[in-house]
Amino acid sequence: MKIAVCVKQVVTREWQVRINDAKTWVRDQDATWELNEPDAFALEEGLRLREQHGGDVVVVSAGPARVTQVLREALARGADRAIHAAGDHLASADGFATADALATALADEKPDLVLTGLQSDDQGLAQVGVVLAEKLGIPHSTIIMEITVQSGSAPGLRVKRELEGGWFQWMAMPLPALLTIQSGINQLRYATLKGIMAAKKKEIRSVAVTPPEKPRQTIRSVYVPEKAKATRRISGSPAEAAKTLVAALRDEARVIS
Amino acid sequence: MTFVVAEQKDGALNRASWEAVAAAATLGSPVTVVVVGSGPSPATKELSAADVTEVISLEHEALGVYTPDAYVQALAGLIAAESPALVVFTHTYQARDFVPRLAARLDRALVTDCTGVKAGAPHVFTRQMFQGKVAADVTLEGPAPHLATFQIGAFRADAAKKASQLANVRSVAAAVDPDAVRQRPEAPFREAKQAVDLSQAERIVAVGRGIKSQEHIALARQLAEALGAELAASRPICDSGWLPMERQIGSSGQTVAPKLYLALGISGAIQHVVGMKGARTIVAINKDPDAPIFEIADYGITADLFEVVPALIAALKE
Repeated sequence: MKIAVCVKQVVTREWQVRINDAKTWVRDQDATWELNEPDAFALEEGLRLREQHGGDVVVVSAGPARVTQVLREALARGADRAIHAAGDHLASADGFATADALATALADEKPDLVLTGLQSDDQGLAQVGVVLAEKLGIPHSTIIMEITVQSGSAPGLRVKRELEGGWFQWMAMPLPALLTIQSGINQLRYATLKGIMAAKKKEIRSVAVTPPEKPRQTIRSVYVPEKAKATRRISGSPAEAAKTLVAALRDEARVIS
Repeated sequence: MTFVVAEQKDGALNRASWEAVAAAATLGSPVTVVVVGSGPSPATKELSAADVTEVISLEHEALGVYTPDAYVQALAGLIAAESPALVVFTHTYQARDFVPRLAARLDRALVTDCTGVKAGAPHVFTRQMFQGKVAADVTLEGPAPHLATFQIGAFRADAAKKASQLANVRSVAAAVDPDAVRQRPEAPFREAKQAVDLSQAERIVAVGRGIKSQEHIALARQLAEALGAELAASRPICDSGWLPMERQIGSSGQTVAPKLYLALGISGAIQHVVGMKGARTIVAINKDPDAPIFEIADYGITADLFEVVPALIAALKE
């Protein structure tokens, strides 16, 4: 089975977000970068399926040159090869442009299964996977907790979807198909030294992507959100802060006795 | 004309659909509500009480049980035929599952998970980015119709106005080719009975990634006992197995509205916040002064929770 896993490079959770001078994006020249965590769960699921069913895991990322870092990381964790859908416009692109770039990169690959994370930690659109399925002309399902593969004359999937409020549902569909993976469904493996060494020899194929004539979404301004509530910030030593808070909860908020 | 696509299951309306009606009403255009299903249902009837032009019941027997393929076919046909300027949804799991594909099928722009909108030409949508650390104003480009989904809780369901007379319900036969529906859904189920009903708790202490390891859960438990509170957690903690899934708060767990919600090392990702923002008093203890949880906190302590929590337990015992 040929499995394609789409991954995004995002700023690290620890990086303190700063807005650029034009107020249209973040000032990420000095940012630190990492593999989008939801995509790490998709990659892990792809590697596990390969271990069960054989085949290849091809990892794909759309973005400027810097995203080869996460492709190398994915190769070190065990992906077989990588494709970089390269374009500077993809740094802050909308979901359609990103899906277009991934579809271009996957055009000749004909994967049996495409996996993506639930959404990205930067824009959080939760669009790319589902739009990509439409562009590839294959069925999809989202927020997947578990995957069983049926091989044979009519290859297909039976997948467990998460619904809201603690409900689940099994859904069957033919292959090829695209799934977006719920975060936390597996224990992530990390790159071993051996894996890191092996990754250096693995291929990263670059596919140039031209920007769409017109984006679908324009970011007019980025700003620190206005606070919905006046927060009373309590300072002081831990002991002082604790006393102040307990007094406030007793006498002001009256939520403890 | 603005369309609102409501969500129903087995005829029962998802309450969050009223929020989409409320969102659409702020845009100044006449609103039509669309209910997708195998026929008229209690959901159709309930929505006809809204102050809207009409309710379209989009019907086909293949729409009785939700599948993304059938919904996309049915709605793409209706939207192409009726040409609304904007189509509005609530950003539920179901909307996440099919709306991007619908937009791609129509080849029209989509903005997702919006927290607000300013009416205009063009409409300016507000959404969060970078895990809620910043907000962005975005506009959609290209020809109408445009599509937008609104975050659960971004608008109040009870802000949707009711009309004195019921709106007309128009049945429209949907164009669905059942052979082109590739997903075969099975019946939804619950994994296990929820043993703890956190929605009834008066006080909750909730832990997030900042608790760092399983052994530190005991510290949070001591604080919960000192406060007379239930212990709960954000999703990563339950995924790691440090607390059972039934104690998870958020979009995939329980929704709570206690008198006191004390968040320990919780950053405040929206998936968590939707489950607890109804709490009367919110306390946040977090090392990161920019953590989004402080946006909704009544009291905030920027500090190492491993220093503050023992001090709190001591102060409560005094």
